[in-house]
Amino acid sequence: MSAFKVPILKVGDVLLVSIQSDIDDRTVVELQQRVLQQIERTSARAVLIDISLLEMVDSFTGRMLSDIASMALIMDAETVVVGIQPAVAITLVELGLELKGVSTALDVDDGLRILRERMKDKQRRRAAGADDHATAGT
Amino acid sequence: MTSDNTTPPNAPNPRTIRMLSERESAILESWIENRVNSSDFRETLISGEELSSDSQSFLRAFVTSIANSNVEEMRGKEFNAIRRLLLDISEARAAQAFSPSETAFYVFSLKETLLPFLRDEYQDDPQLLLDEVNKLSKALDKLGSFIFVSTIKNRERVIRQQQQDMLELSTPVVQIWDRIICLPLIGTLDSRRTQLMMERLLDRIVRSRAEVAILDITGVPTVDTQVANYLIKTVNAVRLLGSTCIITGVGPSIAQTIVHLGIDLTGIITRNQLSDGIRMAFELTRQKVVPINSTGDPDAGAEGGDTDERVQSAHP
Repeated sequence: MSAFKVPILKVGDVLLVSIQSDIDDRTVVELQQRVLQQIERTSARAVLIDISLLEMVDSFTGRMLSDIASMALIMDAETVVVGIQPAVAITLVELGLELKGVSTALDVDDGLRILRERMKDKQRRRAAGADDHATAGT
Repeated sequence: MTSDNTTPPNAPNPRTIRMLSERESAILESWIENRVNSSDFRETLISGEELSSDSQSFLRAFVTSIANSNVEEMRGKEFNAIRRLLLDISEARAAQAFSPSETAFYVFSLKETLLPFLRDEYQDDPQLLLDEVNKLSKALDKLGSFIFVSTIKNRERVIRQQQQDMLELSTPVVQIWDRIICLPLIGTLDSRRTQLMMERLLDRIVRSRAEVAILDITGVPTVDTQVANYLIKTVNAVRLLGSTCIITGVGPSIAQTIVHLGIDLTGIITRNQLSDGIRMAFELTRQKVVPINSTGDPDAGAEGGDTDERVQSAHP
């Protein structure tokens, strides 16, 4: 447990995860666990994962990132992955891993802006669609 | 053939070399006359002086290079001088619009010219005459074919250079507006070009923090499954970086081909005109273009649709 070196910071409603060195499979699995625990504990509404320092993303890490996004969404938190390097993007596309369902942004700044917009959207929709909720039962 | 132990096999007889050097001017005169009178000589392309100076240096280099060397091989350093000379001659001729075969014929024509001189020299010994004629003609054949090889090499070099230049020229990334970049594609897309294009586009997106990248394929003649695949890959890679990619310039014929081929472009934004793409990019980046209004109130009634009209009119 002491070897886990990925900081998860809470900034307002957002969990900021910054992966700062190439990570192995075990760390990714643990990261997933910890992010979800943090969402539960802090009731964060969004997760921002910064991978700008990663020079390599393998298929397992790619899949774990999509999984984290889907799981967080079930717990009502939006996820955005920021700072994918061009070389990493090319590799992922060549591997056929398009991270469908994961939002992306150029950097932390853009990522935060997108998350804020999303959260605002959601609130607005909720306020406007309160009646629909009652009838549709979702 | 008295000094055979010092000369390599297949070298011309020293008597031939001596005769060639002694009667150089006569041979030269006869060769040039032969060239000028031949049907394929083109006076308009080359002057008489140039022809005679070329011929003289060629003949001299030829005689020095074949003395004491194996004409079967034509490879040693004795031949470097004549090869270089030939290269110069063939390049100069090519610049004067001679075809390589004309230059090769020029070299072959020396054979014809040499024949009477050899006959005079070896009147007494037909066997030796035959040998010497054979050797000289082999040497000239080698040189003639060398012209073709060097011409082809030169052309290949030029073609490679041009391909490289085209690759460089054909993938410019232009900044249209703050955080909007455009990549106009012209010509056929192959895997090498797409690779380069993708790398440049992605690098540029990261460098200029572009939110929207417009891929304009107006200049791409046809889209087949492979090209479509490249485009989809590029769009996905751009999305992974966190920007949006818009494909513009999708005309009727390309739209038809895409549907006929059953290519799935769902999730990819496509537009007919580049201007539509730019308008979309403005929307995505939460910007709008407003004309300088003479009535003074730029925000008056700037509804969504209204603004769009103005964007279009601002781009004549």
